[in-house]
Amino acid sequence: MGRLWKFEETIDTDVLAPGPYMNSPLSELARHCLEAVRPEFATSVKVGDVLLVGEDMGVGSSREQAAEVLKYLGIQAVVATSFAGIFYRNAINLGLPVFVLPSYLADFPQLKDGAQVSVDFDGAKLKLIDFDKDINLEPLPNFLRDLVADGGLVPHLEKRFAVS
Amino acid sequence: MTTLAQKLIADAAGRENVAVGDVVVCHVSLAMIHDSGGPRRVKPILEKLNRKVWDAERVVVVTDHYVPVFDDQTRAIQKLTRDWVYDQEIKNFYEEQGICHVVVPENGHIVPGMFCVGGDSHSPTGGAFGAYMFGVGATEMAGVLATGEIWVKVPKTIMIEWRNSLSPLVTAKDMMLKTCRSIGLGGGRYQAIQYAGQAVYNLSMQERMTMSNMAAELGAQAGLIAPDEITAGYIKNAGGRLPEDWQSYRIETHDADGEALRFDAASLAPQIAAPHSPANADDAEAFRNIPLDIAYIGACTGAKYVDLKAAATVLSGRSVAKGVTLKVAPASLLDQKQAEADGTMQILEEAGAQFLPTSCGICAGYGTDRLLEDQVCLSSTARNFRGRMGAANSKVYLASPYTVAASAITGEMTDPRHLMEG
Ligand code: SF4
Repeated sequence: MGRLWKFEETIDTDVLAPGPYMNSPLSELARHCLEAVRPEFATSVKVGDVLLVGEDMGVGSSREQAAEVLKYLGIQAVVATSFAGIFYRNAINLGLPVFVLPSYLADFPQLKDGAQVSVDFDGAKLKLIDFDKDINLEPLPNFLRDLVADGGLVPHLEKRFAVS
Repeated sequence: MTTLAQKLIADAAGRENVAVGDVVVCHVSLAMIHDSGGPRRVKPILEKLNRKVWDAERVVVVTDHYVPVFDDQTRAIQKLTRDWVYDQEIKNFYEEQGICHVVVPENGHIVPGMFCVGGDSHSPTGGAFGAYMFGVGATEMAGVLATGEIWVKVPKTIMIEWRNSLSPLVTAKDMMLKTCRSIGLGGGRYQAIQYAGQAVYNLSMQERMTMSNMAAELGAQAGLIAPDEITAGYIKNAGGRLPEDWQSYRIETHDADGEALRFDAASLAPQIAAPHSPANADDAEAFRNIPLDIAYIGACTGAKYVDLKAAATVLSGRSVAKGVTLKVAPASLLDQKQAEADGTMQILEEAGAQFLPTSCGICAGYGTDRLLEDQVCLSSTARNFRGRMGAANSKVYLASPYTVAASAITGEMTDPRHLMEG
């Protein structure tokens, strides 16, 4: 279970992983994640929280760190009405679950910032705890679900090649 | 009805057909990496997986970003690259021959029907040959090198059709700047763009490469052009192996919802894009009277043989304005040799051009030659993001080689037609 962080504005790779901190270690970069739009995010986010975004989540550059910081901060899943292609690939390859909400944000007034939610990964559902209501998400294709479940591409391949 | 993108992906996935939105695993026919994003980033991951590259013949390594080396760190990167290539027994190694997106096709490595990935964002360049090619990050590239496979979500095709013929002194680069302005940098929505129409098929192979290259600026995954006789001729000439069924990739089918954009090439004027986005393009005329310090003919986008030749057409018998520095970094050694053989290089030199090595040069600011504070540069490269070519307050405008050359002569942003046609 976690808290829902809802963003009405476009979230690009520069807000997720700001350029000036790109040379810093991931822990430092993560402290500045989303600070341009929500200064308290990095300090109050908790393991299990969920991000809810509108169109073009992760638009911008190809930097992998944009997805990596969210995973580092313990984000359970990112739900968006649409994703920028390279961010979507990077998130899956780094083991960060991403789900498409097959509708407009405005269609779900109960999805308020701060709501208590949990994610049913296999059933592709966002569970609204306070309303006892499930919202259907587009399921990830099996192949990508396995990739995410393994923790991303590198652990997935380690398993496949039976390393260590 | 199958689109070109769908056929290329279905072939690579070993399937009869695929539908938009399907996620499939594809066999990679070619993986291209360079010195910056390549060996130094993928080596640790491959070591962790305890794998060598899946097929050394299908890997091409090019050094172009940290060329020439200028300190211990860049020397170490090139040494690591060489050692790794040797270790992995990779034969296709192009060391300091030019920029990857130009060198790889020039050596006949990309042919219709292939499915390729590149460790660089301008990898869609390969789409000009009727191959599916796109850029990936270092983690994904390591996965490709370990397995020879990669997943893709079958994209929609956005057809961009250029009707009629371009006027003289208007180029593929102008077509792309115009497209950036029209649909914006996210307009490609990570789908496959396919270019079509008379003006596109009239283009030489190198100009088509400019169009596919800048599919990256539109945020598309791929930038395809159906292969024709010009494609076939180029590949034969480059010593590539043209597949017997290459004509089966001559597909111009639309998706069911038929997303298409149409432009008229005949009425297109030379374009200039203002800082700091290729989408800030407008007719060159709109930038008249803006002075420049540096005129740069460089990059995979704008310094191939045809680009050097275009610049020479304008520079012939003229000389660069006082106060302007014209720098030329040919995209590859082969392009440079061709331009030497027919006198193009000499024309550039006589006009006052300074030559840089055949590498990425100033384009991404990796080397020692960078833009200084407040400098204004008109460049034939693909991107003018803030600070990319040097100081954060330098200003980069983008244009075709004709327009860069004309502006170098007058000292201010100039529509090349004004200079040439009086
Ligand atoms: S020339 Fe510029 S755009 Fe082309 S590969 Fe090099 S850095 Fe990238």
